Amino acid sequence: MNDYLLLFRGGNNEWMGTSPAEAQAEMEKWTKWMGSLAAEGKLGPSQPLQNSGKVVTGTDKVVTDGPYMDGRETVGGYLQCKAASYEEAIEIAKGCPILEQPSGTVEVREILSMNM
Amino acid sequence: MNAEPGNINQLTEHLFRRESGKMLSVLVRIFGTAHLQLAEDVVQDTLLQALETWKLRGIPDNPAAWLHRAARNKAIDQLRRGRHQIQFDHTDEERPLLESGYTMGPVMDSYWNELTMEDDLLRMMYVCCHKDLPAESQITLMLKTLCGFSIAETARALLTTEDAINKRLYRTREFFRQNRIRPSFPPPAALSVNTAPVLRSIYLLFNEGYAPTHGSELMRREVMNEAIYLCSMLCRNEHTQQPEAFAALALMQFHAARADSRTDDNGDVILLQDQDRATWNQQLIREGIHNLELSAGGDTISRYHVEAAIAYEHCKATKFADTNWQRILALYDMLVLISPTAIVHLNRMAVYRQVHGDEQTLAQIRLSPYIKEWEGNYLYHCLLAEIHFASAPQTAIDCFQRALAIVKQPAERRYITEKMATIQNV
Repeated sequence: MNDYLLLFRGGNNEWMGTSPAEAQAEMEKWTKWMGSLAAEGKLGPSQPLQNSGKVVTGTDKVVTDGPYMDGRETVGGYLQCKAASYEEAIEIAKGCPILEQPSGTVEVREILSMNM
Repeated sequence: MNAEPGNINQLTEHLFRRESGKMLSVLVRIFGTAHLQLAEDVVQDTLLQALETWKLRGIPDNPAAWLHRAARNKAIDQLRRGRHQIQFDHTDEERPLLESGYTMGPVMDSYWNELTMEDDLLRMMYVCCHKDLPAESQITLMLKTLCGFSIAETARALLTTEDAINKRLYRTREFFRQNRIRPSFPPPAALSVNTAPVLRSIYLLFNEGYAPTHGSELMRREVMNEAIYLCSMLCRNEHTQQPEAFAALALMQFHAARADSRTDDNGDVILLQDQDRATWNQQLIREGIHNLELSAGGDTISRYHVEAAIAYEHCKATKFADTNWQRILALYDMLVLISPTAIVHLNRMAVYRQVHGDEQTLAQIRLSPYIKEWEGNYLYHCLLAEIHFASAPQTAIDCFQRALAIVKQPAERRYITEKMATIQNV
């Protein structure tokens, strides 16, 4: 088993103007998705992120507000999971409800392991 | 912190919808009815925050309390900002407490507990049914604010356009801006009088869902459930419970128990005599009986009491032939005294026919002062057609033709056309 990091982008703005019932239905999709990962013992740490933050750059350690990007480029959250292969990690990512929204993307990255 | 296997919380059914109705009612108490839109925005914002936060962290142990806390913080934000932007109602004695930095926190906290939140929702229900608002606006507002329906859902539920719903809501918000209605319970002496329009609107809402011609099966059930939910809140609360409310609740439960059996899979109408009574929801019928018993407390008999008793007679009959038509006719005789409308008189005629037969019914109909009004109702022509069905088939066909000229719903049209075909095939 390897560790993979899934990075979520986009998929937020579409929720303006939805009803409580629709918001709850969306929430239940996430619970179901994460619940199935948890049940298989594949779910690692996962957290949503605030939209804005600070960026520290270069040797001068310049601090700026940001990163200011288009909403669909900002990382909105991450999830770490276990999978036997990239293929399996991609299958897991395909189940993410964020992909039901046009602007949603999931970036899949393998975490380098210490084993040589 | 992170979800462990088997440790992922589930949301209870309708949690967001129920909590949004309660939160909105508290926020209206805080901001005033003049700022209904602001209260709606804060609720929306709260739900979005929950969605974004819970998605990857999992649902907290007490999601309702989390929502209340988030809404409370957003409300404080608004009050702090609003000092300069929004003119609040200063005639309200709680207002100064909410505007002082010393008291705002504690006063605000006292608003967000389960018990008083239900009271707030009921006070808001009386606001929604304010006597100066048209009936269609009342039910629109109840669905939107108390039941957490979106504009699109409200339009689907009430079989109208989103445009129409937006117009109704706009006018209603304008009305609140100009009239500054304060949410409050009616004084005990005026409870019955002031609750009458609330019950009327709840029952009207229920009938929107009960109509077998409603576009979507799912939405039909949702609307009925919401009406039952609102009425059971009235019954549960010591400030608002009264015999009429229990009777209205029983009536809706008896109707809802039989709703599914009235149409087949194609959406075609199934008449009472042909319905599969095994599909009637016995649990709802038992609850209805219980509420009907609780409705017996007062000294007045409302239309809901009598209509519930009639619906109960139908629920009680295990087959159509067992229906106690004598008793139902006696109840209709009472109903026409309480609620002497053309449609109630017409329904009474249909029951009268079951007891006294075709000829006597026809004689009664000819004597009725309501014929002129009945002429515009397709059910009247269908009743006449049934009366003539065996003895004068051609007359029956003419009557069905007149019914067809009036009725627009496809399901009813199909039913009438099929009926006509059976006569012509004899």
